[in-house]
Amino acid sequence: MSPSGAEVIRQIKSQIDEVDPSEVDGAASNGNGSRPVLIDVRESEEWDAGHIPGAKHVPRGYLESRIEGAVPDRSQRVVLYCASGNRSALAAHTLQELMGYENVESMTGGITLWKDRGYDVEVPQSLSKEQRERYSRHLLVPEIGLEGQTKLLQAKVLLLGAGGLGSPTALYLAAAGVGTLGIVDDDEVDLSNLQRQVIHTTEGIGTPKVDSAERAIAAINPDVDVVKYQTRLDATNVMEIIDGYDVIVDGVDNFPTRYLLNDATVRLDIPVVSASILGFDGQLSVFKPHDGPCYRCLYPVPPPAELAPSCGANGVLGVLPGTMGLLQATEVVKLVTGAGEPLVGRLLLYEALGATFTELKVRRDPECPVCSKDPSEISDEEMGVFPDYEAFCAAAG
Amino acid sequence: MATIKIPPVLRPSVGGEKEVEAGGGDVGTVLHDLAEQHPATQSQLFGADGQLNRYVNVYLNDEDVRVLDGLGTTVADGDTLVILPAMAGG
Repeated sequence: MSPSGAEVIRQIKSQIDEVDPSEVDGAASNGNGSRPVLIDVRESEEWDAGHIPGAKHVPRGYLESRIEGAVPDRSQRVVLYCASGNRSALAAHTLQELMGYENVESMTGGITLWKDRGYDVEVPQSLSKEQRERYSRHLLVPEIGLEGQTKLLQAKVLLLGAGGLGSPTALYLAAAGVGTLGIVDDDEVDLSNLQRQVIHTTEGIGTPKVDSAERAIAAINPDVDVVKYQTRLDATNVMEIIDGYDVIVDGVDNFPTRYLLNDATVRLDIPVVSASILGFDGQLSVFKPHDGPCYRCLYPVPPPAELAPSCGANGVLGVLPGTMGLLQATEVVKLVTGAGEPLVGRLLLYEALGATFTELKVRRDPECPVCSKDPSEISDEEMGVFPDYEAFCAAAG
Repeated sequence: MATIKIPPVLRPSVGGEKEVEAGGGDVGTVLHDLAEQHPATQSQLFGADGQLNRYVNVYLNDEDVRVLDGLGTTVADGDTLVILPAMAGG
């Protein structure tokens, strides 16, 4: 006679290791490097109703196909849990017997016992049915998932310029579901912009770029809240405008604003995804204050005018800001979600005609006039005063 | 010989090339060789005091020579120097 389901579960539990929630809680908080990876094997609706903080979600139905994404190292200690400890026992058996995981345990009593003991439970922001559909391709990528998408929806990203670089960046960040997109641009749409500034249209010629960009963003994704700043960033408004943003995307077309932005973001500890373009060449880096170098560490002084032509004077391949702007958008998504290795301390050069990428190291300058200082040690008087960048950079135009 | 990657703004000074070859045992000598071959680059690279202009970054392979030995950094045959001024186009 075939064994009952209950009997099968009993047999399997005798073949695997089980661990009490108190040990899991202790191991999670001891911070000694031997922390197990916690895997929640329940269904999506159960996960959404609340899960153990720091756990990863691999539903049992996808266990074999997705576990290697969550736990690539088979010698890593893994603790599985479900609602009451049965499904996690079966999953632990699979990992141990069929997939060669060497250090697998199932948590006794599941999240029900965990909650009864009063341990922390994290309830993720849930997405509407429409959002689940809209962001489904993100939800399928383990590096983004519901957690990453939630971070994107809560993120505030400021775009400096809705021009060549800002256009593609804004479109893709809007599509990705970045909750708040601030746009700073004092310009109006001009016919000569349309060769590359793809957020604007022929119909929009003569209208403010912030309005034109807002229309395009709203058409792509109504989840996005657009905050318009129809002004030019300067020393009088920079601190007020950038305060409260999580990431700033620098696509401005002049040196004074780049230096000004750098100093303000170092003071407020806001990372900047910076790109610049000219002709067929682009540069890209992420300046994350105090974790890596700042713009002044890379370029202590701007070049003179003859070595710093603008795109207006020298021209630019229309596709190039698309390439560089989307590399910026990618870095923004990485910074917001915490996925991957951001381009901090590295400068990426792209040369379109040769189709070559070159990566250079960028070091923090221990004598950097801005980021070598502790922002908290800068007095209020210094905080409010910016050097006269306009004059400083006048030669560079 | 070392390969020197030329940024867009300096290309008119070297006949439009993206890369040129120059010789020397250290970064300073290689750059001076470049300036001898292409005199228009002299004032773009070096100040009146003979030092590298501060707005010009030079990398030996992928490392900034400022964190190595500056113009005295040893250059081996086949090394690549990257000359990099800031760009502000957006």
